[in-house]
Amino acid sequence: MSILQQLVFVLILGAAGYILSKRIHFLRRNILLGKSESRNDQPESRWKTMTLVAFGQKKMFARPIPAFLHLLIYVGFLVINLEVLEFVLDGILGTHRLFAPALGGLYTIAINMFEFLAVAVLVSCVAFLIRRNVMKVERFTKPELKGWPALDANLILVIEIILMFAILTMNATDQILANRGDEHYLALGTLFFSSMLMPIFEGMSDGALVFIERFAWWFHIVGILAFAIYVTYSKHLHIFLAFPNTWYSNLKPKGEMVNMPEVTNEVNMMLGIPVDNPNEPPAEIGRFGAKDVNDLSWINVLNAYSCTECGRCTSECPANITGKKLSPRKIMMDVRDRAEEVGKSLDSGGAGFADGKSLLGDYITKEEINACTSCNACVEACPVNIDPLNIILQLRRYVAMEESGTPAQWNAMFQNMETSFSPWKFSPSDRFNWAEKLKEEEMR
Amino acid sequence: MAEMAANGQAPEVLFWVGCAGSFDERYKAVTQAFVKILNKVGVSFAVLGPEEACTGDPARRAGNEFLFQMQAVANIQVMNAYEVKKVVTACPHCFNTIKNEYPALGGNYEVIHHSQFLQQLINEGKVRLQGGGEFKGKKITFHDSCYLGRANNVYEAPRDVIKALDVELVEMKRCKTKGLCCGAGGAQMFKEPEPGKKDINIERTEEALATGATAIAVGCPFCLTMMTDGVKNKNREADVKVYDLAEMIAKDMGI
Repeated sequence: MSILQQLVFVLILGAAGYILSKRIHFLRRNILLGKSESRNDQPESRWKTMTLVAFGQKKMFARPIPAFLHLLIYVGFLVINLEVLEFVLDGILGTHRLFAPALGGLYTIAINMFEFLAVAVLVSCVAFLIRRNVMKVERFTKPELKGWPALDANLILVIEIILMFAILTMNATDQILANRGDEHYLALGTLFFSSMLMPIFEGMSDGALVFIERFAWWFHIVGILAFAIYVTYSKHLHIFLAFPNTWYSNLKPKGEMVNMPEVTNEVNMMLGIPVDNPNEPPAEIGRFGAKDVNDLSWINVLNAYSCTECGRCTSECPANITGKKLSPRKIMMDVRDRAEEVGKSLDSGGAGFADGKSLLGDYITKEEINACTSCNACVEACPVNIDPLNIILQLRRYVAMEESGTPAQWNAMFQNMETSFSPWKFSPSDRFNWAEKLKEEEMR
Repeated sequence: MAEMAANGQAPEVLFWVGCAGSFDERYKAVTQAFVKILNKVGVSFAVLGPEEACTGDPARRAGNEFLFQMQAVANIQVMNAYEVKKVVTACPHCFNTIKNEYPALGGNYEVIHHSQFLQQLINEGKVRLQGGGEFKGKKITFHDSCYLGRANNVYEAPRDVIKALDVELVEMKRCKTKGLCCGAGGAQMFKEPEPGKKDINIERTEEALATGATAIAVGCPFCLTMMTDGVKNKNREADVKVYDLAEMIAKDMGI
């Protein structure tokens, strides 16, 4: 490789690094638009959860077929990245297959393994394209996926297919040149999968092959860098965020709702219970519940950016199954989209959260959150431990406590509870009436 | 409870009856069945009677945190005054709230669901089942309550109780961690469902009926209502019954 090529490569690498760091900064800031929350307790359990759920894909296997195909892509991603390291070093140093001489026969085995994974990724991506576009698996046809989300999903699969083809093409032409005795190329012995592509290229001149080989090399490495940047604009972010997201999982029982200590003092005073510092002015309470992304916890927003829109939550949601508007996946997509909108606005000197819009109302409607049965099916189904229910309940708190906008029947239930300590209108003194029948039976 | 406290007695366990157990005509029978079992076995227990108030669960899930805490703090004051240590309840919503949510407000008790309590009584040999009762050999399916199952990972206790009746336990397609909600959780019990193409309890009832079971067992007052309504809607109330676990055990014990 000439110095000029090395220079171009280093420039591209530097540019990609710069853009990526800007994007990471943008995403980090957006996630931290949420309120601060400390969730660093029980580190052993957190490492374990991350290892099992993110690294080990445990929850994916609730659905074995997509889990297996996904596993192939995941392992391919992890392992083929080792080869990318060689690509980058070759590009900087102007070498070709830097690791080959030192590794000898092992190198051939490694490249064969990479090729196997490349083919496995390719096949899986084709299968996923078929599931989405031909079989039209139900969870991929929901309204919230119309437009960009569907295109995003297909683009990711097509890009991965093309990148894998580039590896195989590169190896095939590389080995034809090596077998023809071109001193720049090293004969590696049999490469099982790319050798199947060789017949396509065998009739070509050396010059044409060098051009194709170089083109495939550049295409693959530049493609990977471009894809890395694309990922930051895409639902595909889960490949990185699944790890912190599972580390910050909720480790408490799923049924437990987060307490609001800011309410407790007032409740104690109403009930005549001594409070700690009655004369202390109440701590500044921003807002009860959540209306917008900055009322949520940063972990809720991290959840939203970790979502890859697989829709397992929505396909298990009893409300969605029976035709209600609620879709837990849409809740997560809305939180992310609103955070993106505010982030972009802030970067361009805009109004940010003061743009007259809000998560509740402009993105998520009351009809959606009112349909939730808090059954935790979505939380259970999520392969990366996202918690849509937590967000829904925070939105409900805002509606009830700030807007008094809950459905009339719930308001009636509140009234019953206030006056007769039961959601139904019965006299508290009748609470023990069930025992009458038992007493009668005893008398007899 | 007040009576026992006045006599200087401390019961082994407080039976938290819950609003449905106190007021719902159908669920009062469950309360009575469970109390009969406790009496038969000789468990020392008490109830709060008029001193009990709603745990606040539906208010909290509907967003009214203030009202929830009013109920919770008042209940905790009563229970702490009686120095309650252990609570058993037949309602998974009460169970979840007292067990998981009262500690943050100063209420710390050992809380178990009646399915777990019954399982213990059976395992300890205190409840002796005749096994030849009306359920013997019958197909029974169990509907998981979300607040018992996913919310608190209790899946086996109710199943063990049912199996002790010498029945054929048949599972629905969606069961345990994948169990489908009856449609009543999250305060849905207290309002009409949002617009949709079907009610959730109908979807779930169809699934239960598809197992061919002659009885649907539940461990939750809301599930009991929803499944009973579902069975009625399908005009199957003549051949398919909906029971709470305690009722099945009491029937088998002949009490």
